[in-house]
Amino acid sequence: MLGKTLKALLVGTTIVAGASAANAETFRWAFQGDAQTLDPHGLFETLTLGFQGNIYEGLVKRNDKMEIVGALAESWENIEPTVWRFKLRPGVKFHNGNDLKADDVVFSVNRLNTEGSDMKVVAALIKEAKAVDDLTVDIITPTPNPILPNQFEIFYIMDKQWAEENKATEATNVKGGDEGNHANLNANGTGPFIVKSRQTGVKTVLTRNPDYWDKNMRSNVTEAIFTPIAQDATRVAALISGNVDLAYPMPVQDWKRLESAEGVKPLAGPEARTIFLGFDQLRDELTASNIKGKNPFKDVRVRKAFIHAINVDAIKQKVMRGASIPAGLMVAPQINGYSAAMNARPAYDIEAAKKLMQEAGYADGFEVTMDCPNDRYVNDEQICQASAAMLAKINVKVNLLAQTKSKYFGKVLAQNGYDTSFFLLGWTPSTFDSHNVISSLIACRGGEDKIGSFNLGGYCNPKINELTAKIQSETDQAKRQAMIDEVFKIHQDEVGHIPLHQQPLSWGVSDKVEVVQRPDNQFDLRYAVVKK
Amino acid sequence: MADVTAQNTQKSWLARAADSDLWYSFCRSPVTIVSAILTVLFFVSAIFANWIAPHNPFDLASISIMDASLPPAWMEGSDPRFWLGTDDQGRDIFSTIIFGARISLFVGFASVIFSMILGISLGLISGYVGGRLDAFIMRVADIQLSFPAILIALLIDGVARGVLPRAMHQDLVFYVLIFAIGISGWVQYARTVRGSTLVEKNKEYVQAARVIGIGPLIILWRHILPNVMGPVLVIATIHLAIAVITEATLSFLGVGVPPTTPSLGTLIRIGNDFLFSGEWWITIFPGIALVLLVLAINLLGDWLRDALNPKLR
Amino acid sequence: MLTFIAKRLVQSILVMLTVGLIAFSLFRYVGDPINNMVGQDTSLEERVELKEKLGLNDGFLLQFGRFAVNAAQGNFGFSYQHRRPVSDLIAERLPATLELSLVSAFLAMAIGIPMGVYTAIRRNSWLSHSFMTLSLVGISLPTFLIGILLILLFGVVLRWLPTFGRGDVVQLGWWSTGLLTASGLKSLIMPAITLALFQMTLIMRLVRSEMLEVMRTDFVKFARARGLAERYVNFVVALKNTMVPVITITGLQLGSIIAFAIITESVFQWPGMGLLFIQAVGNVDIPIMAAYLVLIAFFFVVINLIVDMLYVVVDPRLRVDSAGGH
Repeated sequence: MLGKTLKALLVGTTIVAGASAANAETFRWAFQGDAQTLDPHGLFETLTLGFQGNIYEGLVKRNDKMEIVGALAESWENIEPTVWRFKLRPGVKFHNGNDLKADDVVFSVNRLNTEGSDMKVVAALIKEAKAVDDLTVDIITPTPNPILPNQFEIFYIMDKQWAEENKATEATNVKGGDEGNHANLNANGTGPFIVKSRQTGVKTVLTRNPDYWDKNMRSNVTEAIFTPIAQDATRVAALISGNVDLAYPMPVQDWKRLESAEGVKPLAGPEARTIFLGFDQLRDELTASNIKGKNPFKDVRVRKAFIHAINVDAIKQKVMRGASIPAGLMVAPQINGYSAAMNARPAYDIEAAKKLMQEAGYADGFEVTMDCPNDRYVNDEQICQASAAMLAKINVKVNLLAQTKSKYFGKVLAQNGYDTSFFLLGWTPSTFDSHNVISSLIACRGGEDKIGSFNLGGYCNPKINELTAKIQSETDQAKRQAMIDEVFKIHQDEVGHIPLHQQPLSWGVSDKVEVVQRPDNQFDLRYAVVKK
Repeated sequence: MADVTAQNTQKSWLARAADSDLWYSFCRSPVTIVSAILTVLFFVSAIFANWIAPHNPFDLASISIMDASLPPAWMEGSDPRFWLGTDDQGRDIFSTIIFGARISLFVGFASVIFSMILGISLGLISGYVGGRLDAFIMRVADIQLSFPAILIALLIDGVARGVLPRAMHQDLVFYVLIFAIGISGWVQYARTVRGSTLVEKNKEYVQAARVIGIGPLIILWRHILPNVMGPVLVIATIHLAIAVITEATLSFLGVGVPPTTPSLGTLIRIGNDFLFSGEWWITIFPGIALVLLVLAINLLGDWLRDALNPKLR
Repeated sequence: MLTFIAKRLVQSILVMLTVGLIAFSLFRYVGDPINNMVGQDTSLEERVELKEKLGLNDGFLLQFGRFAVNAAQGNFGFSYQHRRPVSDLIAERLPATLELSLVSAFLAMAIGIPMGVYTAIRRNSWLSHSFMTLSLVGISLPTFLIGILLILLFGVVLRWLPTFGRGDVVQLGWWSTGLLTASGLKSLIMPAITLALFQMTLIMRLVRSEMLEVMRTDFVKFARARGLAERYVNFVVALKNTMVPVITITGLQLGSIIAFAIITESVFQWPGMGLLFIQAVGNVDIPIMAAYLVLIAFFFVVINLIVDMLYVVVDPRLRVDSAGGH
């Protein structure tokens, strides 16, 4: 009996394998972690959203040149200062066969505001969504917003009917203690790939959507298998031994190895992510320091001493193996609002740093704990270790607390009351615009404008908040740039943070495939081609 | 009378330790001599690390990132200051091995002593008192023996992470490790000691001591304990090797000693990231050091066991 | 004999209750169940209400009883990281760990026993000495180091074997097996060797010392004195008497193989329970830790029970009044 079943199963699998072998193009890729949820509104995180982007789609998307182009919307226009009108693409179907309608967009907007949603940043951009007819939808913004479409790429549209049938009308928060709703483990998008099977933390198999609307999609992949591989060495080995076609991130020190290994190559490029250090400038006494009764980081001389003491070129050369771009600004060259003229860094100068420390009354230095993730950014822990060694030269004793990203973020973010005195963080503005950086990282936090929520150190200059609001609604590019420059100038003069560098994108790909590497480190299966 | 028996037992133990047979078998086995020398070298360099190591890898002010990832002295591009090369932070590998071995040995030793004290006490009590207490202790031992040390250590570490605040866990990490590794090893001691106690307690000299009114604690300490020290020593030696490996494994899994004060296991974990990039020395040298250290201790333990077991001669 | 089995059964239940108690304490007091369920904005009233609803205000015994009943049915609640029932996660990963462990145990015995026999019979041959030294090297090599070296050699330099995961698996009902596909079998080789090596050396040394003991006994000497062939004495008389304790202890070792799989699985990213567990330790995912603990204890108890019963079958004279039988 058992034998029979076994035989039947074996026959079954061989038939399937035989049938698909004719034109099957399987693409396997690996990342260091798994997508945390399939719910498109459950977590604001690059990998999770990027992975979902193969299954779900937004009104707009970015093409291989990072330009915003229509996805579910064919066209859009700013019909009034606060109203954007999107025309939906006709004939688009969800994976379950339902037609895409304006109602689905309205439903998805409302879903962004449900309790479990982690996409409230996007929700805040929208005051209301109205269906004009089946294929037209108006998005009303609280203030004029000329760059709204740029901010919509990661806002994915969900099928209203499917959500209602499966009781998934609310976003499911990844931090919950239960299973979440149906949308957490199941997906029904409009995208080019359909979830075939998923084992969280182990493997997710996607198959091509035969009814995908974009018949000109470059990819010829029929099946895509995603595997999270946590250990760097295992991931590199998996690529070199041919177990996966694409693996990222690759440790920068392994590029040489990838170049010399047969059949694979490193794929590197500048990432739009800026890595920086920050200090608690808000509390009157640091939570993790031996200095009591005062906060040394409130003294701009100490912050200046730090920036002089950090040798970014050494970090570039030794830790990043030449693959980073030292930064003086909090934004990367790819970001709208970047100014090459302002990107110069204060020189590495130990003597100047010591002098500043002396002037500030800390000639003998002090002790401070540094929070650092060890699996989030390229060589993050090594950067922190190197910084600690450099600061030791101006008598600052850094106690390094390096932990996995979930614990690190759990400690330093708003949810835990910004519990950090000195930290390393990285940021890519999802809109590719400086405004996102200013309003998230630089503006004073805790105000009525609800911005500055990732300003972990509480750096604050009210002038910047005023400018932020103006930058948001200014449509004249020259005036807007001038205001952005002004913000960055203030921030540099006051050493609100210490920008270190833009980290490199570091992927490893097999010669058997062609992929497009996006500067935000997302991988889009639409542009993945398996060579014949 | 009591003094005489005490002297006798003491003498018999001391005599056994310095037994000419033992010394003879030691001298006859070159492998044992080599491993003894190795072990002593490791211990001496661990104890005097501050004087022996050419650099202090924990002194951040003395290391420079510009020295990072230099190869060993006999390779191209090396720096004569670092004869085994440097790691990704510019720390001298030779020095980190010495300091790392110190941490590994410290954690190993402390946990062995911890298990030894716990195991011997429980074994003595179990064997001497007997009855329900004995049954209870041995049952606990049985249950615990079903769980491998590494699992128990992992669990305790996991619990400590859950209970202690993050920063505190970092400060207490050594104690957590020592406790976790130590608690998982007491059973062997307890069983051996209990067995010997059962045998010894009915011997005439112990009976006699009891009759003349010597308290049980003194009997345990002066009459029974010395007789079980031989087997305990063997267990302790082998246990030290296991403890060092367990610590390295935990550190390798990322739940042990942090990378700012690396043990040998942490060094291997760090170096593992650089294995494919051709910087093999960061992981291979600490790996060799770990294997040599454990092998030397194991060989010593092996020899000791055979030497103390007359049946095998 | 019945009373013996009954006694062992009661003991096993006691063991499970003890382990269950530890797991429950982990669950209830280490991971705060409320904090892991609610969002940051949940009000105090809602928390109190939730606490009442979950029965966290009930007496200790009642709560423990509920936990035990749930656990007995395989219900351990939800994993904090994966947001799925722990029982589902474990069921998904159990086959991977069991396949790896059984193959390793088989390897360890198939190689370890002959080596042990050989070193016992030819005590002083150079091969025996090198086996013994090798076995010490084997014990002194940490498992993770062996795994790394194997990956480097066979995965990266020679490119013969896959370096991670299970390869393609075939689903047989709820059981997923990698033993029926070529890539699955290839993926199994390195992890199985890594896991088996330590047990192999252990078994070899055990067989050797047991065999030496047996060969010193009178009836072996007597057999030899009767003029039976050396080969017969060695392989039939001595080996037969060695095998009972060896198989027992090897059976008991199966449990520790499953536990040691934690390390191997994390080096090879083998998607089994061990990998699940080590990730749970890193993230303080208490429900998974508690469930894993109970499950491993359950394996041990069952194996122990079977071994004890086999003993009774083999040797009815067996007395169990002394604690710590083997």
